Amino acid sequence: MTGPAFVKQPGDGAPPVLKLSGAWTLRSLAKAGRDWQARFTQSAAGGGFSWNCLDIEALDSAGALLIWRAWGRRRPDTLLIRPEHARIFERIAAAEQEPAAPVVPRSPFESLIVLGAWMLGLVRHGRDFLILLGQLVLDLLHLVRHPADIPKREISANIYKSGVRAMPVTALVGFLIGVVLSYLSSLQLRQFGADLFIVNILGLGLIRELGPVLVAVLVAGRSGSAMTAQLGTMRVTEEIDALATMGVPRSLRLIFPKVVALGLAMPLLVLWTTALALAGGMVAAQVQLDIGHGFFLETLPKAVPVANLWIGLAKGVVFGIAIALIACHFGLRVAPNTESLSANTTASVVSAITVVILLDAIFAIATRGIGMPKL
Amino acid sequence: MNAPVIRIRNLSTRFGTVWIHRHLDLEVARGEHVALVGGSGSGKTTLLRQMIGLLTPTEGEIRLFGEPLFGGGVARERALRQRLGVLFQHGALFSAFNVFDNIAFPLRELKLLDEALIHDLVMLKLEMVELLPRHALLMPAELSGGMVKRVALARALALEPELLLLDEPTAGLDPDRSDSFVRLIRTLGNELGLTVLFVTHDLDTLASLASRVAVLAEQRILAYGSIDEIMRLDHPFIRNFFLSERSQRALAHGH
Repeated sequence: MTGPAFVKQPGDGAPPVLKLSGAWTLRSLAKAGRDWQARFTQSAAGGGFSWNCLDIEALDSAGALLIWRAWGRRRPDTLLIRPEHARIFERIAAAEQEPAAPVVPRSPFESLIVLGAWMLGLVRHGRDFLILLGQLVLDLLHLVRHPADIPKREISANIYKSGVRAMPVTALVGFLIGVVLSYLSSLQLRQFGADLFIVNILGLGLIRELGPVLVAVLVAGRSGSAMTAQLGTMRVTEEIDALATMGVPRSLRLIFPKVVALGLAMPLLVLWTTALALAGGMVAAQVQLDIGHGFFLETLPKAVPVANLWIGLAKGVVFGIAIALIACHFGLRVAPNTESLSANTTASVVSAITVVILLDAIFAIATRGIGMPKL
Repeated sequence: MNAPVIRIRNLSTRFGTVWIHRHLDLEVARGEHVALVGGSGSGKTTLLRQMIGLLTPTEGEIRLFGEPLFGGGVARERALRQRLGVLFQHGALFSAFNVFDNIAFPLRELKLLDEALIHDLVMLKLEMVELLPRHALLMPAELSGGMVKRVALARALALEPELLLLDEPTAGLDPDRSDSFVRLIRTLGNELGLTVLFVTHDLDTLASLASRVAVLAEQRILAYGSIDEIMRLDHPFIRNFFLSERSQRALAHGH
């Protein structure tokens, strides 16, 4: 099959003839290229031609549309064409009869509308979150009265998934952060001859502040995103609706166990990660400052009042519950398409980390008089 | 030019230890509307996916338009894929794009057409599947089941294929919509000179669309012929499928 071709023939007084031949199909036109298409459109510009389309070997809607546009979107006055090709043009002409979609004029208050929609979206977020929270309280009351309904298996599974399975990565990150922190601090402390304060810096910093926040960031990225994606996919595949029709309340079976499990697992992860970070710091302190492990462990309880440990663990509980709540909130907002799933998972992780930092700031203010060592 | 559109030779497929197809042969000539029928789990969809090139058979070869499906470089494989359009069972529309962008996507991927021509082409395809221009701006999530199928059909037809493969084209549609969708496929198939191969369970669809029927049973194409020829065969599957009371009603209705 030959490619598309056109020849202009002078008409001897009559209008000039444009003779088309070859295959006018999507594939052959694509092969001929955009420049060729532009050249054809240019040659036909101005109109007033007599058209001969009898030599066209193959014609599909793409080729027909190109010719149709060269005709100026109407059948030319003099046209030679095979009947089977004429049908394609009739179809195009019929399609043009369809009224185009009405164009909605842009409102002059466009920016105001966008702002308003954004604010309403924010309000809706707040309301949905409040409903989620209220539902959880109701679930809790229900479970106090009917302890048999406690979803023990789900809670246990979630503790394993988001707690136990997170232990290797939090251990690795915690240990390395401990090493880095200890190494960098020791370089400075040695200049002042204040080597011994390495225990205070590491102990206070890691147990009270860095440990909980570090674990929260890791868990938000690891388990929070997984929870959002899981709930989102369950919404897309209507599994959540199926649960509801069986009389299983979704909040009790899907959300409550996640919140409880992360509330239980997070303080334990905080303890585990902080311990490993301290171990990392201890190793680096011995290498850099020649502070022995025995001395380090002996000084730690004296340098860091035990209240700091409780604060760290309390942070773990609060951060864990917050991450799970936010993950579930965004998971339930997923609309049945892929774009929404990815957008909500991203929003879930970003919001969870932001909220954790905010909560941490509130903790810092609320506990400013507690647990500071007396020097 | 006269090579059969689909030629399957000695095809065998194994999943684990189970043979799905054994020495299967099938030839589909240009312009035929072929229904592929068979019991549940007989490997109809698997065979369809092998024709598209999504799965490779364990043994044997599939040729489309006389050319092998695989090999010969990316450009050749791509050119061959562009000659066939596929309608997946659930439409498989890209959920992040609206209807217009879904249909325009394969055209834009060619990178050889200007945007104005693509716009006109998409509108033409929409009209071909009997949708209105205002539907172009809807998202797939906002469409009814029947409209999803129509948009998916428009997208399958975007690249002007010569071969159309349909997986359960009427599954999930009510009888009325299913009838009009079948009518649409038949009209377009005749008008555009398409070769159509479709997998179906639905006798109404089969009776009103198929010019020939391929029966997939006992791991091979048990029979291939017109509906009347197939119904004359004596085989337990064919008896069950075509000659039950329910089927008779459907066929009488279709003729």
